[in-house]
Formats: sequence, structure tokens, C-alpha cells
Amino acid sequence: MTEQNFEPVIVGFLCQWCSYTGADLAGTSRLEYPPTLRTVRVMCSGRVDPTFVVTALADGADGVLIAGCHPGDCHYSEGNYRAMRRYPLLMKLLDQFGIEKERVRLEWISASEGDKFARVVREMTEQLKALGPLNWQKRSAALSGAA
Amino acid sequence: MAKPKVAFYWCASCGGCEEAVVDLNEAILGVVEAVDIALWPVALDFKKKHVESWEPGEVAVVFINGAVRTSEQEEWVKLLREKCPVVIAFGSCAHLGGIPGLSNSTTREESFKRKYFDSPSVDNAERVLPQRKTRVNGYELELPEFSATVRKLDDVIEVDYYLPGCPPVPKLIVEAVTAILEGKLPAKGAVLAPEKCLCDECPRKESKPEKVTIERFRRVATEKPDPEKCFLVEGFVCLGPATRSGCGELCIRGNMPCRGCFGPTAETRDQGAKFLSAVGSLLAADQEEKCAELAATLADPLGTFYRFSLPSSILKQRLS
Repeated sequence: MTEQNFEPVIVGFLCQWCSYTGADLAGTSRLEYPPTLRTVRVMCSGRVDPTFVVTALADGADGVLIAGCHPGDCHYSEGNYRAMRRYPLLMKLLDQFGIEKERVRLEWISASEGDKFARVVREMTEQLKALGPLNWQKRSAALSGAA
Repeated sequence: MAKPKVAFYWCASCGGCEEAVVDLNEAILGVVEAVDIALWPVALDFKKKHVESWEPGEVAVVFINGAVRTSEQEEWVKLLREKCPVVIAFGSCAHLGGIPGLSNSTTREESFKRKYFDSPSVDNAERVLPQRKTRVNGYELELPEFSATVRKLDDVIEVDYYLPGCPPVPKLIVEAVTAILEGKLPAKGAVLAPEKCLCDECPRKESKPEKVTIERFRRVATEKPDPEKCFLVEGFVCLGPATRSGCGELCIRGNMPCRGCFGPTAETRDQGAKFLSAVGSLLAADQEEKCAELAATLADPLGTFYRFSLPSSILKQRLS
């Protein structure tokens, strides 16, 4: 694939109560958004261990979207607060690894916000296209193999 | 019957692992009684040609400490792997990458610049850097290649067992040597230490409240921890929740929080990310701005969460 027609791969961890349902709504409402998202349905945004995020980035994703219920709306009352608290630390850590902040995004998307879901995927896709591929594994292998 | 032969070797390490062998005190007499030491560069003079002349299997076990950074280290560990049926990664650096592995948070060029130009104790007006080849008095001298990243031992050769710790504690060393002598080693690939996490064994476990919250991050360099409370409750980063036990909680007993040298338990793939998962969710904040403010009080998440395990992390090194 050339740089010009680069289609980013985004791994999206969507909480099943709000954001996954919001994604469903975007579909049933026939809202258009790019086919860049690979959805992983999780029970709660609080279940998204930072290990999942680094694994996705190391294994070929160009970006990661974590989406959960709005604060105060969590099905498990405070799971999304865990996601909220981890996020700035994770971003700081990823910055130290040399990973741009546009690549990992945390969004609150309710079951009725199909339009927001589509907009977030569109925006993220544009940002990642501008950044270009992450290619972590290949770049990492090239460096550790380098004498 | 001839005594079994064992070997010790070192790579990118500080010498603390060698100290750990000496720290066996009287127990070392039992070890020396039971085995012959065929190679131990820190204490006895052996050359590479001696190792090359070993029959395969003649030396039963080699304990290798240190991470792999140079072409010389790579050559040596490959040679030792060829000759020895059992290879044990000894200590945090061989096991996980260790402290030398932190240099994967920057580039080789930056490391050289710091070490040979910018460090306050360096006087290098001619800005000389190590070269692979140099001519001195008509002789050509060679230095090993310094690789772009630090690798843990099993990135370079197959490793049979791991003895964790910075350095491994005498109790675990004696247990490992005994298991080898009695032929009672566990399945290949095992870490020769308990599978419980450090918090389970922590002497301050009882002081930990039902719900731990962190108001702000604090540093042992500038503030003194309470000698009895759970470090995390006070905001001192203690890697106990993401670290394997077996160390005897030496740091905790010395009023220092765990820095994670034993690495994670077998269930955890990435020690730093797992610790971030645990500690991140404890922050006392319910708004995004407040969470960001709190996160800003921790100066170096990468160096703190991956202090001993950067080369064994999922991302392995900084790329820029």
C-alpha cells in the first residue's frame, strides 16, 4: 500500500451498553463513516486494560479508540471513571514511547449518539491519514536487528 | 563420580549478580562442595578458547546475568548455549532487560551523546566517541558493536529457566541449585520463584484499606513514607500489585516501595501496562481535568512502571 491511499486501521473498544449500541444506531440510521474501525465489544470501558491498547498498537493498529458511557451513566456505576483515570497516564506513557497522542482516543458515546460515533470515526480516520501508518512491529524489528 | 560443572557469565550488568553469588555466605561452601566452577569471569581467569574446547554437555549449567547490548555479549551467550544443556537467565537484566534496558527509552545516539559529551563528569574536548576500529601505534584495535537496542537474554538465545531479582535473593539461588543437583527442576521456561504477587506477601497488607485512593503522587526522594502504611495509600508508587513475590520483601522492610525487579507473575504479559491499569484506576478524581492534573504529578511513568522490564514489554522500546 502506498502512502497516498493509506487506509488506517483503528481498533475500537466499545462498551456494550452505550457506545456499541451507539455504533449500532449509526448503522441503522445509515450514517456514513469510513470502514477503518475494527470493533471489539467489551462489557465496560473500565475493562480496557492498557495492555489491550499497547497490544493493538504493537500488532498493527494505527490507532485505538476507547469508547464508553458518559460519566455518571456507567452500567456498573463507576467503570468508565476507571477508564477516565487511566487515560492521561496512558497518554503520557505512550508519548514516552514516541506514539503520537492522536493515535489513542477516549470518547463518551451514549446509545443515542450514533451521529457522534460516526463523527469520531471520521475525525480519527482523517487524523491518522495525516499522521501515516504506525508500523510498530516492522520499525521495532528493524531497530533491534540494526547493528 | 566427577562433580558436575557449572559456569557463570555476565553481559550488560552491574556486577550485583556476582555479589549475589558471594552473598550465599556459608551456603556457597555447600555449592562448591557439590559442583566445579568451570567459568566465572569475575573471580577466575578463563579465556574464550577454554569454553570453545568444552565438549557439549561437559558443563551442565550456565548462569548468565546481564542484558545483551554488544556483539561480544551475543557471541558469548550463543557459544555458551551451544555448550550447555541448561541455561539459566540470572537476575532482572537477563530475565527482563533490567536497568540497562531503560536505555531503550532513548536512542543509541542520545545515549552516546549523554555518556561521552554531556555528562557533568566527562572531559572530552576532542569529542571522541568509541569506534569499531582504531589504529594505535600501528596496530588495529577493535571494539564490539554496540547495538541499537538492549535485548533480554531470551531475545538472543533459548533460555531454560529464569531466576528473577536485582539481584536474585540467596534463598531462591540455593533452591534453584538444589533443584538442579537433585534433578527436580520444573517444566522448561519456568521462573524459579513463587507465582503469587508481592501484595499477597506484603508485611503491610493489613494496613491496606478496602478502597485505596491516590490523592497525588509522591516521591521517596523528597518525602518520607510512613513506616507502616501501604505505600500506594500515601501516593508512593509501589509496583507490588504487578510484581512477583519471592524477594523476602526486602525493600518494603527497608521502608522503600517495590520497584518491580522480580517482574510480573506468569499471568501478566506486560508489567508496566498492568501496573498502569491498577494504579490508574485508584486516582482520587472524577473529572477529566482533575485526572490529567493528577497524572501530571507523576514525572516518568515509563521509567517508573517499566524500571526493570522495558525490553520485555509489548512495545519494547521508544521509536521516534
